[in-house]
Amino acid sequence: MQMFQPVDSQDHPQQEDHAARRAWMGALARADTALLEHGLREVGLPDYVWLRRPETGLMMVRGRAGGTGERFNLGEMTVTRCALRLAAGESGVAYVPGRSHRKAELAALADALLQSPQSAAALRAALLEPLERELQERAECMQRKAQATRVEFFTVAREAGA
Amino acid sequence: MYVAVKGGERAILNSYALLGEVRRGDPALPELSLEQIREQLRLAVDRVMCEGSVYDPELAALAIKQAAGDLVEAIFLLRAYRATLPRLGYTLPLDTAHMRLWRRVSATFKDLPGGQLLGSTYDYTQRLLDFSLAAAGEAPVAAQAAPAAAEAVPRVVDLLGDEGLIEAHVPAAGDPEPRDLTREPLTFPAERAVRLQNLARGDEGFLLAMGYSTQRGYSHSHPFAGEIRHGLAEVEIEPEELGFAISIGDLELTECQMVNQFAGSKTQPPQFTRGYGLAFGASERKAMAMSLVDRALRAGELGEAAESPAQMQEFVLSHSDSLEASGFVQHLKLPHYVDFQAELELVRRMRAGLQAAGEEEERAA
Repeated sequence: MQMFQPVDSQDHPQQEDHAARRAWMGALARADTALLEHGLREVGLPDYVWLRRPETGLMMVRGRAGGTGERFNLGEMTVTRCALRLAAGESGVAYVPGRSHRKAELAALADALLQSPQSAAALRAALLEPLERELQERAECMQRKAQATRVEFFTVAREAGA
Repeated sequence: MYVAVKGGERAILNSYALLGEVRRGDPALPELSLEQIREQLRLAVDRVMCEGSVYDPELAALAIKQAAGDLVEAIFLLRAYRATLPRLGYTLPLDTAHMRLWRRVSATFKDLPGGQLLGSTYDYTQRLLDFSLAAAGEAPVAAQAAPAAAEAVPRVVDLLGDEGLIEAHVPAAGDPEPRDLTREPLTFPAERAVRLQNLARGDEGFLLAMGYSTQRGYSHSHPFAGEIRHGLAEVEIEPEELGFAISIGDLELTECQMVNQFAGSKTQPPQFTRGYGLAFGASERKAMAMSLVDRALRAGELGEAAESPAQMQEFVLSHSDSLEASGFVQHLKLPHYVDFQAELELVRRMRAGLQAAGEEEERAA
């Protein structure tokens, strides 16, 4: 694996910052590229330099035997990652499923802009909030359809002496 | 033995062109798009991702198109492609207890916390050909239940686990790093983590037959489907440049917990033991077969005699991979001219020897 220096350990030492950033990175990874493109264009794409150009590779997905036991290697998934730095100084990192370099680039840009006090509020409104709503709706729709197939099984017990 | 041959370049190039034409079929018909394959042949896509051992629905759809629907060939194509990509790392272990469920059934308990969800299953269909699908119609619409707060859906095996009636699965001290079959060759005896990796990408048909054999009496097993769940599990990684875990998306998975009666041993009281299956996508048959075979392969550690093929590690794990099996069977059709000539020569000499011996005997008589 390539050596890669931590790019943001100085910027965000706080645990709660991690929680917020973790949440938006998770949302950005699940976004459609078109939605990222649209949201970012609304606030304007900033200038940046690459810290690591987009690269597609494999992550080995792990499970646990029986769900809770020893770890085992289930199979791989395609992942694209990149890292960049804005002219203003914030660094953005993206790990997104699939092979789209453009999606990784946009997710890393959004990650950087969401850390910047100047642009965070605007990008939240233009991208993150609509995205979170959409993901929430998608999850609820799936849940309602699954719940519609909820079943109560009855066992037909034989009466004594029958 | 196979000895390399030369020649036939033009014939090979022309066979590529013919293959392309045959794959495309009647050009008057619209060409299949990858999106159509991904959306409308999704169980084929799932199988190719599962046994191709790469979760990427677009790549699997492309492989299916290129292989003209031959799934074993598509699996081969996907495995070959994966070899060209760098390994970026390992994910944190999936937490299947917190999957967002599309389906969840248990054959052991009818009343479960979290309920039973049939999901989209062929189980209760009548298996009559539906001729209405022969014509394009309106897209069907699923029913939706009223919005409700999501409830916790604990694992079924944990319900029995509280009483100690079922074996617990806990990692060994220090949660050791599992060996990785994509990095190291398979060696015997193989520990459970290695066996599970092998089975997870093993051929569904082979595992199905092996699992079936355990049910028919080739290994002492009395399985119950304790729980089958299908849905989305979150994938998390911990990139070194960040120093904290991030979520990178959701994988569609099927998990099967098979529960088997166990009479106990000198050191263990009678209890239920478990077999485990986990597969990419909606791959229920695969996950169930895997869990049966996983349990059978635990014969050694549970003090059972390994008498049946499904209990024998070397037999199961050496023959489960469709790539290896298909490759070795199909290499037989490649030119073996030199080899065969040698055998032919040998058989001629043996016959000549026999004939000479016969004539000798006749003269002596």
